[in-house]
Amino acid sequence: MLHAILDGLLGLTSGFASLHWSNPVMIAVGGILLFLGIKKDIEPLLLVPIGFGAILTNIPAAGLMEEGGFLRVIYEMGIATELFPLLIFIGVGAMTDFGPLLENPKIFLLGAAGQFGIFLTIGLALFFGFSQLDAVAIGIIGACDGPTAIYVTSKYAPHLLGAVSVAAYSYMSLVPIIQPPIMRALTTQKERTVRMDVETKPASQTARILFPIVVTVVGGLIAPQGLPLLGTIMLGNLMKESGAVARLTKASENEIANVVTLLLGISIGATMEGTAFLKIQTLLILAFGFTAICLDTVCGVLFGKLMCVLSGGRVNPLIGAAGISAYPMAARVVQKEGVKYDKHNFLLMHAVGANTGGQVGSVMAAAIMLSVLKGMGII
Amino acid sequence: MNNLTFGITLIIVGMGGTLLTLALFSALMTILKRLFPAQEEAPPEKTT
Repeated sequence: MLHAILDGLLGLTSGFASLHWSNPVMIAVGGILLFLGIKKDIEPLLLVPIGFGAILTNIPAAGLMEEGGFLRVIYEMGIATELFPLLIFIGVGAMTDFGPLLENPKIFLLGAAGQFGIFLTIGLALFFGFSQLDAVAIGIIGACDGPTAIYVTSKYAPHLLGAVSVAAYSYMSLVPIIQPPIMRALTTQKERTVRMDVETKPASQTARILFPIVVTVVGGLIAPQGLPLLGTIMLGNLMKESGAVARLTKASENEIANVVTLLLGISIGATMEGTAFLKIQTLLILAFGFTAICLDTVCGVLFGKLMCVLSGGRVNPLIGAAGISAYPMAARVVQKEGVKYDKHNFLLMHAVGANTGGQVGSVMAAAIMLSVLKGMGII
Repeated sequence: MNNLTFGITLIIVGMGGTLLTLALFSALMTILKRLFPAQEEAPPEKTT
C-alpha cells in the first residue's frame, strides 16, 4: 500500500525529475515570444502559438512531440508533408492585390533584386561551415516570406525549422527598423525626392485573371520544383480576381488561413525543444537571417538606383527597398521615408507594386533555387 | 561538389535566374495589357 502511494507520488515528480537545464531557458524564450506577440504586437498571429508551442514542448515527460503525441501528430500532418505553408499561400494569394504591379510591370525587376540576399547569404553560411542544405535553409530567411522559409526548411533541413521560422517572422516584423538606415545610407537627398508618375495604365479584368495562370505555367516550366509554392499563391489570386468563387476566396483568406496559422505556429514552437535549439548554431542562424534581410534591402535599393539612372531619373530608388516580400510593411516603410524628404511625394502605390513583385520574386527565387539544387543532384 | 563551386553556382544561377524570370513575367504582363487593354470609362450621361 505504502509502496503504491510512493509510486503514485513519484509520478507527480517525473516532470521535475526529467527537467534539463535547457527546458526552463526555452520556457523563458517562449515567454519572450508571447510577450512580443501580445504586448508589442509583433506578428501576434504567429508568435503567440509559436511561443506557447515552445513552452509546451519544453515541459518534459509529457511526450507531446513523441510518437502519437498531439504536437507530433500536427507536425507530421502539416509540416512534414509541407501542407500548412501551401494552404497559407492560397490565403496569401487571395489577399494580395497585384493591381499596382500590373499597372507598372517594369517594377517586377525590383522584386527580383530584393531576393539577392538569399543567395549571398547562402554563400556566407557555406563560408562559415554550414552544410549545403543547411545553408540553403538559412539563406531562405532572406525571402522575408514565412511560408516559403518553412516550406524549404521543413523539406531539406527540418532540424533548423524552429530557428529559421522564428528568425523569418521576427525579422519580417522588424523591417521598419532594419530598412530605413540602409535606405538613407545608399541614396542621396535628390534621389529620395524623385517623384514618380501618378498616372499609370490600369490592367483590365481579363489581364488580371490571366496573370496568375500565365505566371503559374511559365514559372512552373522554368522551375518545376517550386510549383507547389507558385501554384498555391496563384490559385488564391485567381480565385480573388475571377470573382467566381467568392465563398472559397473568403474561406481561404479567413477560416482556412486562421486555422492553419494556429496549427503551423504551435507545431513550429514544438520544434524548439531546449537541447536541440540552444546551440551556437541557432545564434548564427539568427545573425545570418538578419544579414540576409539587410542584403536584400541593399540589393533592392541599388537596383532602384540603376533603374533611376536608366529611366532618366523617373524612378525613386527608395522603392527598391520594397522589393522584399514583407507585405505590406516594406511598402509602408518606403512611403514613410519618402514623405520625410518631400511631404507631397506619393510613392505608396509604386512601393506596393514592388512589394507584390517581391512576393512573386521570393517564391520564384525559392523555386529556382530548388530546381537548381535538383539539377545539381543535391536534392 | 565542393562548397565553393556549389555557392558560386547557386549565386550566379539563382540571382540570374530570378532576375531573368521576373523580367520575362514583366514582359508577359506588358503584352497581356496590350492584348487586353482596360476599357475606357464611359463618359457621364448628359442630363438636360
